[in-house]
Amino acid sequence: MGAARKWLVIAVPYLWLLVFFLVPFFIVFKISFSTTALSIPPYTPVFEFTEGVAGLVDKARQLTLDNYLWLTQDPLYLRSYLSSVWIAFVSTLLTLLIGYPLAYGMARASRSLRPLLVMLVILPFWTSFLIRVYAWIGILRREGLLNQLLTWLGVIDAPLTIINTNTAVYIGIVYSYLPFMVLPLYAALERMDESLIEAAQDLGCTRLQAFWKITFPLSLPGVVAGSMLVFIPAVGEFVIPDLLGGSETLMIGKTLWVEFFSNRDWPVASAVASILLLILVVPIVLFQHQQSRQSEDGR
Amino acid sequence: MNGRWSGFNIVSVVVGFTFLYLPIVLLVIYSFNASRLVTVWGGFSTQWYGEMLRNEALLAAASVTFRVALVSATAATVLGTLAAVALTRFMRFRGRLLFSGMVFAPLVMPEVITGLSLLLLFIAIDLDRTIVTVMLAHTTFSMCFVAVVVQSRLVTFDRSLEEAAQDLGCPPLKAFLTVTLPVIAPAVIAGWMLAFTLSLDDLVIASFTSGSGATTLPMRIYSQVRLGVTPEINAVCTVLIALVTTGVVAASILNKRSMVRRERAERMAFDER
Amino acid sequence: MKSLGNIRRSFSPWSDPDARPMIAIRNVTKRFGEFTAVDDLSVDIHAREFFALLGASGCGKSTLLRMLAGFEAPNSGTIVLDGVDLAGIPPHRRPLNMMFQSYALFPHMSVADNVAFGLKQEKMAKGAIAERVGQMLKLVKLDRFAGRKPHQLSGGQRQRVALARALAKQPKVLLLDEPLGALDKKLREETQFELTDLQYDLGLTFVVVTHDQEEAMTMADRIAVMDAGRICQVATPAEVYEAPNSKFVADFIGSINLFDGEVASSQANRTVIAGPDGSVVAEDPIERSPGTSLCFAVRPEKIAVSHEPPAEGTNGIAGEVWDLAYLGDMTIFHVKLASGTVIKASMVNAARSSREVFTYHDRVWLSFSPDAGVVLER
Repeated sequence: MGAARKWLVIAVPYLWLLVFFLVPFFIVFKISFSTTALSIPPYTPVFEFTEGVAGLVDKARQLTLDNYLWLTQDPLYLRSYLSSVWIAFVSTLLTLLIGYPLAYGMARASRSLRPLLVMLVILPFWTSFLIRVYAWIGILRREGLLNQLLTWLGVIDAPLTIINTNTAVYIGIVYSYLPFMVLPLYAALERMDESLIEAAQDLGCTRLQAFWKITFPLSLPGVVAGSMLVFIPAVGEFVIPDLLGGSETLMIGKTLWVEFFSNRDWPVASAVASILLLILVVPIVLFQHQQSRQSEDGR
Repeated sequence: MNGRWSGFNIVSVVVGFTFLYLPIVLLVIYSFNASRLVTVWGGFSTQWYGEMLRNEALLAAASVTFRVALVSATAATVLGTLAAVALTRFMRFRGRLLFSGMVFAPLVMPEVITGLSLLLLFIAIDLDRTIVTVMLAHTTFSMCFVAVVVQSRLVTFDRSLEEAAQDLGCPPLKAFLTVTLPVIAPAVIAGWMLAFTLSLDDLVIASFTSGSGATTLPMRIYSQVRLGVTPEINAVCTVLIALVTTGVVAASILNKRSMVRRERAERMAFDER
Repeated sequence: MKSLGNIRRSFSPWSDPDARPMIAIRNVTKRFGEFTAVDDLSVDIHAREFFALLGASGCGKSTLLRMLAGFEAPNSGTIVLDGVDLAGIPPHRRPLNMMFQSYALFPHMSVADNVAFGLKQEKMAKGAIAERVGQMLKLVKLDRFAGRKPHQLSGGQRQRVALARALAKQPKVLLLDEPLGALDKKLREETQFELTDLQYDLGLTFVVVTHDQEEAMTMADRIAVMDAGRICQVATPAEVYEAPNSKFVADFIGSINLFDGEVASSQANRTVIAGPDGSVVAEDPIERSPGTSLCFAVRPEKIAVSHEPPAEGTNGIAGEVWDLAYLGDMTIFHVKLASGTVIKASMVNAARSSREVFTYHDRVWLSFSPDAGVVLER
């Protein structure tokens, strides 16, 4: 391809992502150093490029670390971050525990059945996230279907309180993100050569030993990819804690939403977002590294 | 991998799929409930579908959503395909690392961050929040999904097809359009469908980036859901599920049928030899 | 040197110093980063020649072909085609066509559309295109399959579509990248002859890249043996086989025995090489200085095995039968010499019952005449 065409192919998506993905982060970062104000937009200083260098320098002096100080002073924020990471971590582990056997079972299914099973995993992913979370409200409510079923079975006398607790949040995250975990796991397991297991057994391993010593280590790239795909977005999750969680459910996505929409405190919301991004930088870079390595291996 | 399907395998697959599908099935069933109480079965009825169709706010939101999804999916497909070509064809260019980072990061970026940052951008450049800003926002995050889907097809694409076209006298751009694009079309279409449903789905980013008069369907559903479960919302959800499922299943059946036809033809060719 | 006859036909424009080559490759170098794929390579290819680039994978043969097609640009050097320097001419404007290793048939087009593709790019009239496509498909015996899609064809049929497509534009030169690599053995043997006949009948220039020495020997007028980005030897198949110019070429094509030693005397076309297993007399046009390390390279089929020492004037070296294999048409001997060197010899089983019977550990004589091999530097 000609040099000009090559340049064009790269530049168009590149510029788009720069303007609509990267630059916004810097704006968030900058506003996180601003002060809240009762104006539109509700923060100062507002940089105007017409003011010249002197004006900009003057305004730059008005930038402040107050918002970050505020985040450390009110324990709400620290607890939100810790609780988000914890909830995301536990949910990722649960998703792995449910997803692994499912992916393993799919990978061992007959060759003709596999495409159908993959399709069945992907299908919920295509249907609305919001709808799938909403579906659980009807199940988990005090007078919901789960309590009805358990009462009818005689397992419980009084209805359980599941909705508006962290348990409901775990269920919601595991449910919504299960396909993200299963697909990379399945991809890793499906590629695996069954004769490796047979060789291990031939050399004296039991089936279980063969699984732990051969299958599991070889599926680790899938485990890592799946876990990242669940953990990273789960940390910043908003819809699930908002709809299924209760007042004691602290998640940073929800805190940010409240700061922004209810308190209209844009600078603090920006500071919250900046710190969240900082927390997620390591896993995101890890994930991105793995993705690009995989896509280059595929060549 | 291809071994015996043990009892444990079967149980885990059945339990896994039950978990995935039961909530959706229940939701669909209860959309046909005659009773206003969502948890008590009051007999079969389609009244909530009628009610849904009379709800003008809901229909307006649906129209906004479809317009946004149509425009943003199309734009995202163009941009995402270009990004995929850039990533697979040009292994070395200035800022490639940053570029691939910007393509992969939105896949996992928490929506609240993407939404907030885009909103602050629109305010900084003094762009009024309308349906257009939602389209811009959706294009941005769904183009990355398109890029990933198309890229995974492009890496397995035999470059010599394009070289053959050039060798036979076809200039590079025309070779891409007449040979490469038709061959990778299924992936591009899948990317478009993915972008469309992602846009159809999105609540968080739309909430940040839309202004008054541009309320999308998920935003409308969300504001009603917060007030509680209603059969009417179940009906809306059922319609959406049916739409998307039909689309996806139809696409995959078409795909499968062409594959079967292809396999049969290959076997025929082999026998003739 | 004795003339080693070209078996197929008398055609040797390369021996005419006044002939203008069809393709003149001069001092071409191609580097990929640190790696030098083609290293200061020069060669002439003549019109109507069937020219084979032979070498192991990574020797630079495919890179050279891709530079001819225009998919890679040389870092230095020139490639001139029929008097026109190809530098800067993009692939789609070069008057040569390529048949790809993977065939690269367009999967979404029918056989006829594939063949017509190049003609449509030339904006040829519709009727003319249809006529040419018909001719081409007839040529490769695929006229019945014009409407099929590539995936509805067998491997051999696909290969012929790829050929028809590349030939349709009537290129000055046809480049073929491992043209038979994807076919099974039987089909490959048939197709080798089809290709040579086609090339001869159409009077085209073929440049073929292959790693298969048998394929190169069967089809080519001349073979260029390549290693590490350079051409080791360019010659007719018979010359490459009978008079390899280096140990590498000798070893790459067929199998070879090397009798190592130092020059004891060298005069009047005869060099005597003294080695650990005795002296060997070799016919050698070059006068060597005594003491030089050399080897005498002899093909297995040029060595005879017997229990009796050979007559005067023939080289004889004693050894022990280490291994033998009866293959039906011939018997292969592995004979171990006193120094430990194992020599391979093969004898044709011309008679149904052989006069001599050999078995393991027999003390035997290996005999070969002075002109049975070539003297190579070590």
